[in-house]
Amino acid sequence: MTTLPEKTDKSLGLVIDLDICVGCHACVTSCKEWNTGGYSAPLTDQEPYGEDPHGAFLNRVHSYEVDNAHWKGTVHFPRSCLHCETPDCVTVCPTGASYKREEDGIVLVNPDTCIGCKLCSWACPYGAREYDYDDGVMKKCTLCVDRIYNETIPEEDRVPACVKACPTGARAFGDLADPDSAVSRNVAARDGFNLLDEFGFKPVNKYLPPRKASDRTPQVATEPAAPETGSALEKLFAWADRALSR
Amino acid sequence: MTGSPKIETSAPVGDEMKQTTCYMCACRCGINVHLKTGADGKQVVRYIEGNRNHPVNKGVLCGKGSAGIMQHYSPARLRAPMKRTGPRGSGQFEEISWDEALEIATGWLGKVRKTDPRKLAFFTGRDQSQSLTGFWAMKYGTPNFAAHGGFCSVNMAAGGLYTFGGAFWEFGDPDWDLTKYFMLFGVAEDHASNPIKIGIGKLKSRGAKVVSVNPVRTGYNAVADEWVGIRPGTDGLFVGALIHELFRSQQIDLDYLVRYTNAPWLVIHDPGAADDGLFARDGDGNPLVWDAAAGDFGNGKAADIQPALTGSRELPEGRKARPVFELMAERYLGEDYAPEAVAERTGIPAEQIRKIAAELAHVAFKEEIVLDRPWTDWAGRKHDKMIGRPVSMHAMRGISAHSNGFQTCRMIHILQILLGSIDTPGGFRYKPPYPKQTPPNLLPHGAAGDIAPEMPLGGPHLGFPHGPEHLLLDGDGQPNRLDKGFSWDAPISAHGLMHMVINNAAKKDPYGIDVLFMYMANMAWNSSMNVPGTLDALTAKDDNGEYVIPKIIYSDAYYSETVPFADLILPDTTYLERYDCISLLDRPISEPELVADGIRHPVVQPDRDVRGFQEVLIDLGARLKLPGFVKEDGSAMYSGYADYITNHERKPGIGPLAGWRGEDGDKSCVGAPNPDQIDRYIENGAFFGLHLDPSHAYYRFANRGYLDWGIEKGIRLSPEPTIMQLYSEPMQKFRLAALGHGARQPPDRARERIRTHFDPLPFWYPPFEEQMTTGYPLHAITQRPMHMYHSWGSQNAWLRQITAQNRLYVHTSVGAEHGLIDDDWVWLSSHLGRVKCQIRLMDGVNPHTVWTWNAIGKRRGAWGLSHDAPEVKEGFLLNHLISELLPKGGGGYRYSNSDPLTGQAAWFDLRVKIEKAESAGTEPLFEPLGEDVWPDRPQTLAFGRQWKEPAE
Amino acid sequence: MHPAYSVILFTTSSGAGYGLLFWLSLAHLAGAQPVTGWSFFTGLLLALGLITLGLLSSTFHLGRPERAWRALSQWRSSWLSREGVVAIATYAPAGLLWLLALFGGPAWLTLPLAVLAALGAVATVWCTGMIYGSLRTIREWHQPLVPVLYLANAAASGAVLLVMLQAFAGRDIRLASLIALLALITAGALKLVYWRRIDADPGAYTVDMALGLEGVKRQLEPPHSRPNYVMREMGYDVARKHAETLRRTVLIWGFVVPGVMLAFQALTGGLGPVLMPVVVLAAAAGLVVERWLFFAEASHVSMLYYGAERA
Ligand SMILES: Nc1nc2c(c(=O)[nH]1)N[C@H]1C(S)=C(S)[C@@H](COP(=O)(O)OP(=O)(O)OC[C@H]3O[C@@H](n4cnc5c(=O)[nH]c(N)nc54)[C@H](O)[C@@H]3O)O[C@H]1N2
Ligand SMILES: Nc1nc2c(c(=O)[nH]1)N[C@H]1C(S)=C(S)[C@@H](COP(=O)(O)OP(=O)(O)OC[C@H]3O[C@@H](n4cnc5c(=O)[nH]c(N)nc54)[C@H](O)[C@@H]3O)O[C@H]1N2
Ligand code: SF4
Ligand code: SF4
Ligand code: SF4
Ligand code: SF4
Ligand code: SF4
Ligand SMILES: [Mo]
Repeated sequence: MTTLPEKTDKSLGLVIDLDICVGCHACVTSCKEWNTGGYSAPLTDQEPYGEDPHGAFLNRVHSYEVDNAHWKGTVHFPRSCLHCETPDCVTVCPTGASYKREEDGIVLVNPDTCIGCKLCSWACPYGAREYDYDDGVMKKCTLCVDRIYNETIPEEDRVPACVKACPTGARAFGDLADPDSAVSRNVAARDGFNLLDEFGFKPVNKYLPPRKASDRTPQVATEPAAPETGSALEKLFAWADRALSR
Repeated sequence: MTGSPKIETSAPVGDEMKQTTCYMCACRCGINVHLKTGADGKQVVRYIEGNRNHPVNKGVLCGKGSAGIMQHYSPARLRAPMKRTGPRGSGQFEEISWDEALEIATGWLGKVRKTDPRKLAFFTGRDQSQSLTGFWAMKYGTPNFAAHGGFCSVNMAAGGLYTFGGAFWEFGDPDWDLTKYFMLFGVAEDHASNPIKIGIGKLKSRGAKVVSVNPVRTGYNAVADEWVGIRPGTDGLFVGALIHELFRSQQIDLDYLVRYTNAPWLVIHDPGAADDGLFARDGDGNPLVWDAAAGDFGNGKAADIQPALTGSRELPEGRKARPVFELMAERYLGEDYAPEAVAERTGIPAEQIRKIAAELAHVAFKEEIVLDRPWTDWAGRKHDKMIGRPVSMHAMRGISAHSNGFQTCRMIHILQILLGSIDTPGGFRYKPPYPKQTPPNLLPHGAAGDIAPEMPLGGPHLGFPHGPEHLLLDGDGQPNRLDKGFSWDAPISAHGLMHMVINNAAKKDPYGIDVLFMYMANMAWNSSMNVPGTLDALTAKDDNGEYVIPKIIYSDAYYSETVPFADLILPDTTYLERYDCISLLDRPISEPELVADGIRHPVVQPDRDVRGFQEVLIDLGARLKLPGFVKEDGSAMYSGYADYITNHERKPGIGPLAGWRGEDGDKSCVGAPNPDQIDRYIENGAFFGLHLDPSHAYYRFANRGYLDWGIEKGIRLSPEPTIMQLYSEPMQKFRLAALGHGARQPPDRARERIRTHFDPLPFWYPPFEEQMTTGYPLHAITQRPMHMYHSWGSQNAWLRQITAQNRLYVHTSVGAEHGLIDDDWVWLSSHLGRVKCQIRLMDGVNPHTVWTWNAIGKRRGAWGLSHDAPEVKEGFLLNHLISELLPKGGGGYRYSNSDPLTGQAAWFDLRVKIEKAESAGTEPLFEPLGEDVWPDRPQTLAFGRQWKEPAE
Repeated sequence: MHPAYSVILFTTSSGAGYGLLFWLSLAHLAGAQPVTGWSFFTGLLLALGLITLGLLSSTFHLGRPERAWRALSQWRSSWLSREGVVAIATYAPAGLLWLLALFGGPAWLTLPLAVLAALGAVATVWCTGMIYGSLRTIREWHQPLVPVLYLANAAASGAVLLVMLQAFAGRDIRLASLIALLALITAGALKLVYWRRIDADPGAYTVDMALGLEGVKRQLEPPHSRPNYVMREMGYDVARKHAETLRRTVLIWGFVVPGVMLAFQALTGGLGPVLMPVVVLAAAAGLVVERWLFFAEASHVSMLYYGAERA
């Protein structure tokens, strides 16, 4: 079943607002913390206290400097699996461990059947899959499949760990196949876009661009005409010299 | 296989969930700690998430908090009390029992208390129990106590409290829900870590404009709609120019000024007189104003008058007096503050300054907010509306960590006040128990007369002098505090000067000490200026080969750089293992409309021989028989910290916690101790919150309802309104002393310094290091990484992967000028020394500025990291370049590298030059710290495997 | 891409094995290799040996070798799976042929088996090539030429081995040498074309596309201080100059040296037993370096997130 589902009932995914993300890494560590004990436990770290510390993280935050007509400055850029609709990371898998779920479109690795051949990570243009050198299997964003349906946690908390943690609200979770979902509406309103759209994997996750700074600038009325004569000080005093009561 | 494999999607997170308060930083968010029993039957922390009901974080959790597990299980945790066996720094320790440790400590401390209590210096760092540590130090009777505020943010606290009775820092919040225009000065992260993030998220989503004033464009400043890449240390000029523009375009809230500030108060103009520059007052000491209605002088505090803002008046006795408003207008309309005049120094084009001023005024006055919410003002007059000026500001260490920070901070507040935006809808809001009086009527204690063997201090150590009469001096006018706080060097050092303690003690200037007692402060590394000098001080010996600082007691929870320099180690628990009290008497977690406090309680039991420091301090208090810690019969008054939290009363009915007071827990804020109080807190998620009446939500400086309610709740002392002090009379009092008036006279070397800087109206002056050094063209500053808390983060297996090495960020133009490319190594030198670091080029930084992440560099041997860790080989600190003393000034005296008013450490005054280095690797490299007491570190860390049922 | 030695050994050794199997089968069909002949037997043995060595070493590349059998299940979509299936399938005719070479067997049996073996060899090598050729994320690999290159290299290395066997068997090796020479020239020529192509192609994807933002100037801060798996695996980078010298090594040792010697033999038919071991070693060295470069020179699209400007 590494052949992709014809269509999925839902397309669950994340919408990330680059206009708001401050690059705090809360989504990075909350993801690590949840998932190292969750569906794809553990997320092993090599040399955790040594010279070359590196471990499996399912979500990472870069920052870039960007300079274009709308936006000049630093952009913080979270990156995790985009749960593409037509990704090769699934079809190249020789074992079927890598699969896309029919019910919700989540792309998962079955840790019990993965042989750790790494081919899926080669097939992912987004660098979203991380091999666990110690566990010998591939790890990737699970969209917190073990949270979003979890009946043992309060309804309002049935969202991915990164979404719940994100202090600025730059991350949203929902069904992007449903045009009326909050996420879809926001994507439409804010010109949400795909990463590397040209590649054609049809990512489900969407990104919202930094807003034009000019959108926020108050339209300032022209200054009140001050009396012609006298120094700025005299004008000010003249203006301030009026009946003012407590 | 066909179809998706069945997977378990409803596995319980853990087998138990306990709620407490995070302490990965000082923000103090509510957390749900999920515990799970491993195969070995031991309960292990499975997951930590935000508590949705908590007032601080409302369910979110930052990058640090989410990595709490790795902090709690850090291999660098201390395991037992230790006695030093080798030389200081060797790390040679012997693990001892708590009994022995406490006996040693009691012996040392007892002897000092019986002879000369000044010879104990007790200073605390990241501490959040200052009401306990301060109370303990008071009862002990040493003048030498303070927390870390002096090197942290005292400029902000004092700048605010002397001006409007509140402050930035944790004492107030922008009105996140109503603000339309938000200016952020010099903030990368700040204490209100999650609230600011939540707030910025709200503003951006609501379409409010965010303007960031910061030399660096990252983090909050990256998402700002407008970035003002100011040159460090020049905000006073920029803000002055904004004020200049407001005055010039006559866009000021005159009604607000007249009602709530001292703008109309008359200032005596009589050069040379002992009261020149003080307020003209009537017989009862009330400030005089000119009452336009009566055509006569009137009581500046009275309600039923029409105070004039302009016009020089002749006082009855024939002297001239002018309203504050005029003096202020003269200053800021002066040429020095014209946009053109400041553009070059600040690096901000005049047009941009004008534009921002115009936008501020537009939003404040043309987009004013009117809430149909009745309230009663201080004079009992009813108002049916609340008028709001939806312009808010927040500022922190970018302002405070400069030697001109106090005056700059005051100037920002003046800007807010001129716009009428303080504690009005959409503006900057107080958090209870603020506002206080301006300045608060809380005075410092610890002058020579107050100190005697076995005698408690008459009151708290720290306070807010109203004039020279409140300085803490000895018989011959010299500092009576080791850190020279509240002396002529730093007269209003409301938080002390922790950054001077070690070096002063080693120089015996003003005097030597016997015991240095420190808690939660990494003073041998990232928290000290001039680290090499500090290490010398800690290990300095006298002629008989004895350490000049004879005894050092230190409480840390981890093997930090400071531990090896202590003689006696009192190992603390982690934040999940102990009781803590987040008290209104200390640094509260209130929200603008919510009086709040909270606790921590043990959610997991220590697996080491460690004790919560507060438990230890209370035990020591009892062993030393300190009043307040023992009963009449000399037996211990408290069984432990929980007992103290519950039963200690600072005043009748007022204790550490405000919630569920009274025998049956039905009283809040004021009430008898309640034996079940802590259980109530635990049931409620480890916090207490008391909502304010909506009519008390704004105008609290003059809101009758709030003022009376505040007194009833014990969070306010005076029913009087808080009158904003645009013109600060206490400053003028110090200045008059410098001019030779009054009984208390500064030493001559200090006269000019005080006369200049104690200006009652805020002004800008160049930071001292800039004034006193040449040949260092660049500013060098640090930023807090959002995912690291000072030095602690690097022991965290997850956090250190994000930043295991800090780079020096250099503007592309500077790179080009010096032929530097990414990853080059450079020497960075200041007048104190030099460090070698690796660079990265960027555009989003002020061209005259280089910067790096704070406290990433580590010393070899500390924090349980391997000796070849990137933090050690490539990470670096700017602290090695920052001198704790200024170069010799006039008279050859070396002042501390601090604000001349508050003593705030001037970290960001640092000036440097940059040269390409030939070799890689950071320098200086200090001797590795000994690691005698070392657990071995794992090669791989597969946290969570224990819960995975074996596959296949 | 990170050149993993297990994979290099796997592809080169199994390639040579399948090449040899292919030529032996053809030779048998052409009657040049009688089923009972000593060289047919040892040839098949060598071929199967190299193939098996290759397949085994490929499992060292796996995180969970004990689960390797699972790799046979997804032949519908996965070239790796297909390769496994075809490789194992090919064992059947090849193995049988070898048994028959031991005990002798009738032509109506050996000839069809030889056909199957030859087809199996081609199919397997084609699958190997397609594992790489199908990866759109790596422009140096995602080319029609790639599986052809794999075939050409397999054919050349197999032919060279066959010549050596012939020489040891003391047969006339002029024709065989000529065939090997032609195979070698084809492979070399294709490689030159391949290199020209990848050098000419700047990469279709840019960092702006990767981020979906215009005017990306630089990565200011990577997500972490030390390389993560993705950077270690996909971020491998060989210096241009270094690559140039290695390419020359490939041409000289993999093609020129063996080519000259084969030409000499094709003309004179002499010195085979002496020269051929040299030819084989030279070609082997050349092809291993070639395969190392095939990985080292491959750039991955995901590196756009880590500072690459095009891919
Ligand atoms: N994650 C995390 N949070 C923390 C801490 C931590 O270590 N980590 N530490 C806590 C502590 S103790 C404190 S005191 C607070 C401090 O919190 P912040 O006030 O955010 O302190 P810094 O991170 O030093 O940020 C100072 C900012 O001021 C800018 N700056 C420097 N000089 C100037 C100047 O002259 N003008 C202007 N306008 N800006 C300037 C710097 O670029 C930087 O962005 O954070 C607290 N919160
Ligand atoms: N260059 C530069 N230097 C700076 C600053 C800067 O901006 N730039 N900022 C300055 C400022 S504002 C501050 S506040 C200081 C902060 O400096 P510090 O107050 O010293 O903060 P930390 O570095 O975190 O050191 C706190 C110590 O407390 C220990 N600790 C952690 N948790 C516990 C616990 O639960 N119990 C006990 N007993 N100990 C614990 C840690 O191990 C560490 O040794 O740094 C100052 N230094
Ligand atoms: S948690 Fe939110 S704000 Fe922080 S880095 Fe992730 S997405 Fe950005
Ligand atoms: S992002 Fe990568 S791993 Fe995720 S579905 Fe798309 S291709 Fe596959
Ligand atoms: S690594 Fe695992 S999931 Fe990825 S392709 Fe190989 S077997 Fe499939
Ligand atoms: S959805 Fe879950 S797994 Fe994916 S990035 Fe967020 S936290 Fe990590
Ligand atoms: S801000 Fe982060 S680290 Fe600080 S208390 Fe809140 S969750 Fe903990
Ligand atoms: Mo601080």
